[in-house]
Amino acid sequence: MTHLLNIDMAMVDWARAQFALTAIYHWLFVPLTLGLAVVMGIMETLYYRTGKEFWKQTAQFWQRLFGINFAMGIATGIILEFEFGTNWSNYSYLVGDIFGAPLAVEGIVAFFMESTFVAVMFFGWKKVSKGFHLASTWLTGLGATISAWWILVANSWMQHPVGQAFNPDTMRNEMTSFAEVALSPVAVDKFVHTVLSAWVLGAVFVVGVSSWYLLKKRHQEFACKSLRVGAIFGLISSALIMLSGHHSAYTVAQTQPMKLAAMEALYKGGNDQALTIIAGINPFQQPDYEAEDEAPLKIAVPYALSFLATNDLHGYVPGVRDILDGYTRPDGTRELSLDEKIERGRSAISALAEYRKQKGEGDSELPALQSSLKENMPYFGYGYVTERSQVVPYIPVCFYAFRVMVGGGCLFILLFLIMLWKPKTWSYWLAILCIPVAYIVSEAGWLVAEFGRQPWTIQDMLPTWVSVSQLGSSSVMITFLLFLILFTTLLAVEINIMCKAIKKGPETNNP
Amino acid sequence: MTYIFLQHYWCFVVALLAALLVFLMFVQGANTLIFSLGRTADERRLVVNATGRKWEFTFTTLVTFGGAFFASYPLFYSTSFGGAYWLWMVILFSFVLQAISYEFQNKMGNLLGAKTFQWLLVLNGILGPLLLGGAVATFFTGSNFIVDKGNIVDSQILNPQSSIFNPQLIISRWANASHGLDALLNPWNLVMGFAVFFLARILGCLYIHKQVEDKAFDNHNRIVQPLLRSTILFLGFFLAFVAHILTCEGYAVEPQTGVVFMEPYKYLHNLLDMWPLLVVLLIGVVFVLFGILWSLTHKAYKRGFWVVGFGTVVTVTVLLLLTAWNDTAYYPSTADLQSSLTMQNSSSSEFTLRTMFYVSLLIPFVLAYIVYAWRAIDKKELTIDEINADHAY
Repeated sequence: MTHLLNIDMAMVDWARAQFALTAIYHWLFVPLTLGLAVVMGIMETLYYRTGKEFWKQTAQFWQRLFGINFAMGIATGIILEFEFGTNWSNYSYLVGDIFGAPLAVEGIVAFFMESTFVAVMFFGWKKVSKGFHLASTWLTGLGATISAWWILVANSWMQHPVGQAFNPDTMRNEMTSFAEVALSPVAVDKFVHTVLSAWVLGAVFVVGVSSWYLLKKRHQEFACKSLRVGAIFGLISSALIMLSGHHSAYTVAQTQPMKLAAMEALYKGGNDQALTIIAGINPFQQPDYEAEDEAPLKIAVPYALSFLATNDLHGYVPGVRDILDGYTRPDGTRELSLDEKIERGRSAISALAEYRKQKGEGDSELPALQSSLKENMPYFGYGYVTERSQVVPYIPVCFYAFRVMVGGGCLFILLFLIMLWKPKTWSYWLAILCIPVAYIVSEAGWLVAEFGRQPWTIQDMLPTWVSVSQLGSSSVMITFLLFLILFTTLLAVEINIMCKAIKKGPETNNP
Repeated sequence: MTYIFLQHYWCFVVALLAALLVFLMFVQGANTLIFSLGRTADERRLVVNATGRKWEFTFTTLVTFGGAFFASYPLFYSTSFGGAYWLWMVILFSFVLQAISYEFQNKMGNLLGAKTFQWLLVLNGILGPLLLGGAVATFFTGSNFIVDKGNIVDSQILNPQSSIFNPQLIISRWANASHGLDALLNPWNLVMGFAVFFLARILGCLYIHKQVEDKAFDNHNRIVQPLLRSTILFLGFFLAFVAHILTCEGYAVEPQTGVVFMEPYKYLHNLLDMWPLLVVLLIGVVFVLFGILWSLTHKAYKRGFWVVGFGTVVTVTVLLLLTAWNDTAYYPSTADLQSSLTMQNSSSSEFTLRTMFYVSLLIPFVLAYIVYAWRAIDKKELTIDEINADHAY
């Protein structure tokens, strides 16, 4: 029996791994698409305004790289949408009434805009007017950005479900306010922070590629001007991302305190909390948060975590144990302990089962059951939890990914400043090195957001093991491996094509 | 707007998107002919570049079709995609391969060679229409699944201490281990799959005929032979499928109780009950036949693509509506009749459908800019000179 159950749990893990794999691959390509969209838009606008052939060729060069990257973004993106259905069948039914809408809007509003105008951008140089072409280039980028908006609305809803209510008659969550879903503060934060991070990556890419030409003393005018545009764009984006990052951390503290505690490896919280810069956490083992009070070898900035999480240097930040045991918030309200939440969750499940049994039989207990259900529904997902460890995300990944994200962001600010102030040979090398670093930083941001949400597919409402499809672990393992082989092969091809295109360079008069 | 109206409206939108997808699979159809229409490297490049300027529309329509189905009928999404796992995975794999094959095939540094990517386009050209056609046929023939919404609570009540995944929690379950591949064992699904496949080839031939200007393709026989072969095979498979569905038992729903039962000649009854659909279906079929025959017999006639395309959209839309409107179960279960999905038991809430209705009002605007951009790119026929001088795949 144990063996069989283990196999089933393996299926959940394979389904998670497959989704993570496809999302990680997809997120390799999307940020560059969003970032280059702005850069090539700026270049073409300069061509439109000055009429100089130089800017046209510059824009065309970045568009060529955009095109190579764009194809892989599309290829990896289609899988993600359908994987909600293929691997997460229960999830798709239970929240499809809310979650499906942003995906449909994304298709109707964003994808068609992107796919229509990208064709004009690539093939329309001699077929449409300069103005229409410029508009097509910007609309391609706008389509990609709107697409990001809707998918991040969907993702944010998983992190912080709003604008919905459970309907016991249909046995699912249903939307009650489209505006609350589409304009949720979490969605706004996530969109701003994610798109800005994509712009930073695009800027690092442009600065890095331009630096390579400067080192090789090729296409120097093109490289100098591209580098300047890239560095200014990157610096502005970085300044904005610091603000959005602070706001995102504040929102996470309010809506997903366990995620913040995992990011900080904060086991026992309190007032006046320091922000950890680095600590000695074993990356391959979940720390003993039940016994330890803080991570070993911790170097921290006093009061900074309290400020980040509450906008108050002395604010209260709960740790992992506080969240598990329950705590009193500064406003006097009490956060329930895990045991209490489990009890409430089980009450919700029992009330729902009873409601279904008695419905149609005209039983007078139905209103009482509805009332019990409504009261306990916020904890529904906890009814499927049996152990404390199940609700704690894997701390080492959250902890290190957060530091890689923030540290990388600081490095890029430094890079952009150097490039604008006094670039030297060593800084060109640094810029080239920063291209792969930017990808690692970008993926680290994704890891913080998604690992920190575990074990929930929808925060507090649905754990991963209740969200899946009824599939054998071997089926999902096979498709995982097929995707891994396919995407890795295609990535190798893409990188090689990209390198050759960069080596060939733009078709400017200055070789 | 009543809830019933919204359910019918969204059924129409999804059917229309599916029909547009079948039409836009002219890209796949033409790609299966890369090596027969294109006998030299330049000719093959012409075929690839002609469809390469349109493949994103097919792709986007497929994604939007999925999104719209998810938003309006989430129980279908969770049942079909989660159940027929392998069928959908094979379809998705083939589309992934297509997406990169255009961009990568003639680029410097392509590690796998241009021909590899051309063969991947052929593979997608075969699997895409064949399997999507087969999947669509299951709306008539049924699929092997069971739905029980109570699973998610009943099973947990029985075993609340289960600390690990309990498969009995799953709402929609496939009734056998094949996870969708069993659909290919039903000959009628294959018949529909082949009909869509050959229709895609017909549309592909007509698009190349319309869009490519080259001596080789001006030779009418280059187009006529594959067009004729595909037409004969398409008609054989399509008429056989239509004859089958008009004479077979269908999955009817008792509107008051929601009980599903088998009704002889159900789809024929649907056509007769909803006679305007019958008229529209006949118009669609006439357009398809006229477009093909005129293109076969008139060398200079290049509008066949649009005529057949219009007929395709109309015909497929009507066929799909027959599976859902007029108290019909659109996704029938052969494992448990009462698990069959109907518009009423599987749609989103009235609030969501109404909200999405307002979003769908943007569709005409989207269509308008698509038409404008499409015309801008296609107003001149594609030549090998343009490919050599301009951005090309």
